[in-house]
Amino acid sequence: MIELEGLTKRYGEKMAVNNLTFTVHPGIVTGFLGPNGAGKSTTMRMMLGLDNPTAGAARIDGKRYAQLKDPLKYIGALLDAKAMHGGRSAFNHLLCLAQSNGIPRARVHEVLDTVGLTQVAGKKAKGFSLGMGQRLGIAGALLGDPEILMFDEPVNGLDPEGIHWIRNLMKSLASQGRTVFVSSHLMSEMALTADHLVVIGQGRLLADTSMADFIRQNSRSYVRLRTPQRERLLDVLHQEGVTVVEAGNGTFEVDGTPSEDLGELAARHQLVLHELSPQQASLEEAFMRLTAESVEYHAHADHAGSGAAPPPPGQGGDWGAGWQQQRKRS
Amino acid sequence: MTTPPTPQPQAQPQQAPPQAYAPAPQGAPVPQGGPVPPGGAPMAPPPAAPAPPSAWQQAMNNAYTSPIPVRKTHLGNALASEWTKIKSVRSTMWTLGVFFLLVVGIGLLVAGQTQDRDYADVPFTIPAFFGLVLGQICLITLGVLVTSSEYGTGMIRTTFTASPQRYRVLAAKILIFFVIAFVVSAGSILLVGLMTSGMHSGPEAGDVDWSGTVLKGGLYVSLLGVLALAAGSMLRHSAGAITAMLGVVLVPAILPVFLMISEGTRPLGEKMMDYNAINSLAKIFEMDGEGGGTSQLLLLVGVTVAAIAGAFALLEKRDV
Ligand SMILES: Nc1ncnc2c1ncn2[C@@H]1O[C@H](COP(=O)(O)OP(=O)(O)O)[C@@H](O)[C@H]1O
Ligand SMILES: [Mg+2]
Repeated sequence: MIELEGLTKRYGEKMAVNNLTFTVHPGIVTGFLGPNGAGKSTTMRMMLGLDNPTAGAARIDGKRYAQLKDPLKYIGALLDAKAMHGGRSAFNHLLCLAQSNGIPRARVHEVLDTVGLTQVAGKKAKGFSLGMGQRLGIAGALLGDPEILMFDEPVNGLDPEGIHWIRNLMKSLASQGRTVFVSSHLMSEMALTADHLVVIGQGRLLADTSMADFIRQNSRSYVRLRTPQRERLLDVLHQEGVTVVEAGNGTFEVDGTPSEDLGELAARHQLVLHELSPQQASLEEAFMRLTAESVEYHAHADHAGSGAAPPPPGQGGDWGAGWQQQRKRS
Repeated sequence: MTTPPTPQPQAQPQQAPPQAYAPAPQGAPVPQGGPVPPGGAPMAPPPAAPAPPSAWQQAMNNAYTSPIPVRKTHLGNALASEWTKIKSVRSTMWTLGVFFLLVVGIGLLVAGQTQDRDYADVPFTIPAFFGLVLGQICLITLGVLVTSSEYGTGMIRTTFTASPQRYRVLAAKILIFFVIAFVVSAGSILLVGLMTSGMHSGPEAGDVDWSGTVLKGGLYVSLLGVLALAAGSMLRHSAGAITAMLGVVLVPAILPVFLMISEGTRPLGEKMMDYNAINSLAKIFEMDGEGGGTSQLLLLVGVTVAAIAGAFALLEKRDV
């Protein structure tokens, strides 16, 4: 179990991580989601005792990381696939890690086998592709057979096969009862692997919820209508007390009324419909909305000091705009 | 707008996910949490929970335990690890190989050019001096790389994740490097001494005791390497640390020429002349006909200890 309490990191003026408090529970995959620059890597570095927090603390089973006597048997981490000496062979890279924690040499062969690098164990790491480097990093994380595993954007830049492999690996690790904490900037990735979701933006905690709840609360469902008889449709819906939003290109969106009811309504009034389709807003959109709000909050907080113009108030249609702005900032 | 509510450390995320969203804009669907206890009262601990155990609660009961036995790690582990590290990279073989070739190769050339009587009152190891003047650069380079290459490649994060006791990692690096550097340098000097004494065993050659020059010469260049290792740890940049170390070796050897010009700076120039690395080695090898170099060696010990202390002091404080 990993517990964060008021974890904060400031780089000069920049609040990279701002008062994060959450818990990572064993036996499930916890997704750590946030756009680029949200502070995910910084948070993970602080969890591992690599960076000193400005305030707050991260504890692993109640201990600070530096207090762990045999860290590799507690936590395996993959922060950056390139965090190794390129001139050292895969085997020697793992061997020196194993020795530092008194892990037997035989275990090095085991993990090389697990990640499928036995064939290239004697080859230098600098000749490895991104995917092979990632596998070697994961082998290092698995060395101590730890109960907690931490991966920072493990699927970045991988080919579909590598992505598939990592997803399955994380799930199987969690099903063995291990704590798995994995970061990503892609909601779609999290939706596939994570059971629990921690979302941050601008270093702040935005959500800490189970994946199922997140999906239930955030996937807005609505019905899309298209008709050549615009005026009549608006009349009919108005009479029935159904609110409708024009979405351009002759389409209309209706929230909260099932498509069956709308279809029957149209039939009764002999309306011509070119489209009647139930829609689900994607989780990606929900994530963007969440993080766009954090940008907005941030901008308002900045306003007094910097004199920057506040961005237009967020509306449904502005999610993308907020997202763009977020990306420019980071 | 006010600060969004700080989420409570939650005991049961499945039961009541705390909603820490920033205030949602009007019109957008507001995500609502599950059943929130009235007044946001702290939730009951898991055993008292009326809800059926969630996935992770079940998992907690059979949380993963590894079959690998847990042992406290110690300096011995760090030494084994650093030994593997240093012998598994090319730069070690290159720098030590070039060092050996310089000291022994130049030593042999010099020994071949000299006569028996040249060794009447100087030690047989003198031919090693010339190779050492160049070869010390190799040890400096290796010393710097032992620490700075970990920062350059990002390996340091992996290293410190595996061994959060950073002082232990640095101590192991220093010990392993020092032993290797000393064995190789003293060994090279010894070899040159043996070969020279074999080549010039005539009656004209004196029998000056040269065992001290092997130890002191090896110690001097090894300490320079350790100083470089400490510099690499503090500067975290290979080129920067090597340049700084070249400055330490070369500047005091060159600057006295200019310092001697003015009366005011002459005393400083003389001190530099006396204690620069090249002259220190010359003194150790009794080039001036008299034994010595002890105070030069002591100065280097002092400087190296200070640099190591600085490296340790900076080690724990800084982010990596
Ligand atoms: N060493 C550092 N010095 C200064 N700023 C940093 C440093 N590391 C990260 N940052 C800043 O902190 C913020 C969070 O970065 P990071 O944790 O890498 O985000 P993420 O991993 O979520 O993309 C970014 O704005 C980044 O520029
Ligand atoms: Mg990152």
